[in-house]
Amino acid sequence: MGAPLLEVQGLTKAFGGIKAVDNLSFRVAPDSITGIIGPNGAGKTTVFNLVTGVYRPDAGTIDFQGQPLLGIRPDQIVGAGIARTFQNIRLFNRRTCLENVLTPMLQKAPYSVPAALLRTPGVRRLDRELREKSRFLLAKMGLEKLADIQASALPYGLQRKLEIARALAMEPRLLLLDEPAAGMNPEESRALSNLIEEIREAFGLTILLIEHHMDVVMRVCSHIVVMNFGALLADGSPEKVRTDERVLQAYLGKEYRNA
Amino acid sequence: MNYVLSIVTLAGINMIAVLGLSIFTGFTGLFSFGHAALVGIGAYTSAILTYYYFVPFPLALAAGMAASALVSLVIGIPTLRARLRSDYFAIAILGFGEALRVILENLEITNGARGLPGIEPFTTLPLVIGCLAVSVWVASNFLKSRYGAACIAVREDPVAAEMAGINLFRARLLSLVVSAAFCGLSGGLLAHFLSFIQPVMFTLVQSTALLAAVIAGGMGSISGPLIASFIFIAMPEALRVAQMWRLVAYGLVLVLIMLFRPQGLMGYQELSHFFRRSRHGRPAA
Repeated sequence: MGAPLLEVQGLTKAFGGIKAVDNLSFRVAPDSITGIIGPNGAGKTTVFNLVTGVYRPDAGTIDFQGQPLLGIRPDQIVGAGIARTFQNIRLFNRRTCLENVLTPMLQKAPYSVPAALLRTPGVRRLDRELREKSRFLLAKMGLEKLADIQASALPYGLQRKLEIARALAMEPRLLLLDEPAAGMNPEESRALSNLIEEIREAFGLTILLIEHHMDVVMRVCSHIVVMNFGALLADGSPEKVRTDERVLQAYLGKEYRNA
Repeated sequence: MNYVLSIVTLAGINMIAVLGLSIFTGFTGLFSFGHAALVGIGAYTSAILTYYYFVPFPLALAAGMAASALVSLVIGIPTLRARLRSDYFAIAILGFGEALRVILENLEITNGARGLPGIEPFTTLPLVIGCLAVSVWVASNFLKSRYGAACIAVREDPVAAEMAGINLFRARLLSLVVSAAFCGLSGGLLAHFLSFIQPVMFTLVQSTALLAAVIAGGMGSISGPLIASFIFIAMPEALRVAQMWRLVAYGLVLVLIMLFRPQGLMGYQELSHFFRRSRHGRPAA
């Protein structure tokens, strides 16, 4: 592995007396799809919250493209090139699909408050261009026909896709997907796997994803990080992780051989 | 001025303040129990300027807007910092509103609790209509822009907004300053319409009335709060014949709106939305 895109070292976060993340270290190689798996409560989402600045770690470092991420605000982390989706979908519910994608895109529009208040021709033109770009992103996710529908009216699976479209609108280098296949049937999760590989290719992304659907993880991930009780349990290629004694124990229990 | 026209003028002035508060409360999702104090800052600033210093009226109006915006910055900067708690501001401005009344009552230049009489009545109905029209245009421009999109995102989900690259503090503060400027304008017009202002005109009672118009009209709508504001000003006047019962009717209307349209008259939609829908032959929901 060359220089990693994301490097986490000795990351620790406790809530009360419980260590949600315990001295965790792992690396994400550029252009890879890396998976984080582990039983419920292993601390996977907490890792995402630490990387995106929602929480401050008690100890450890997070480096992105060689730069430390600690101590900067979530919106600055987004600016540095990290976007995410949420396990419990967090869309701008009362806005349309188009507006959901447009909002992060607009944040990079370089016009001043006075220009915005007067809606100068320059502002108009920029807004129109970004609207077009948003439509293009929606089309990528197969949501172009729903552009003017309120986000909350979408079925669950499409809301997840809209979240991915919104994350792509931030033009990230690293995309964090928190259980993108949750609630999907095997057929849908297969389609999602293809979509994940497609957008990684099309947008030149590196993807770090949390997932419980093993078929998705084994299909798309080139590297897997296994967590248990906040700590690193195993780390390596899908083949290596699949046969790892400790991983099997954590998932199936000590007695799995007898079962 | 004709009685009916003066009611319309008063309603128009009030609508500008409600418009300002709806940006902050309706579109950014933050509550304020003290926006009337910001109206008061605008009223007193512009009135003092024309009364004592003979500053031209348009300049005095602009100064009133600037003063309100400045005061809102002073209250907003320390209280809007908290990432996921937005109630500090509501409490701070409530306190500020009460403090302002006491200050105004004790200053020489404001003529204390007796109020400032004899302010030149520069405010006319066409001027108010013009100001309201420009205000609505500017407010809708703001909401369409990246800044407005950021405000609405903050209202919908602060965590997701942050993850969309939005600085929560800056979005909330800007929303407050813009809303304060509208309130300042409303205050300046009010002072030069009534030609008399008094500290008790800008306290919690008036702040609550502004908030009631925004909530009854619909959070996240411009037209809804404007309609509600007009009704709330015009109705008590229309019901003057019913004497003391008019206040009961006022309360009843509020209760009925909250019972049958808890999302407010317009909900999260604009008036134009309903016209568009009914043209397509669908019922206006």
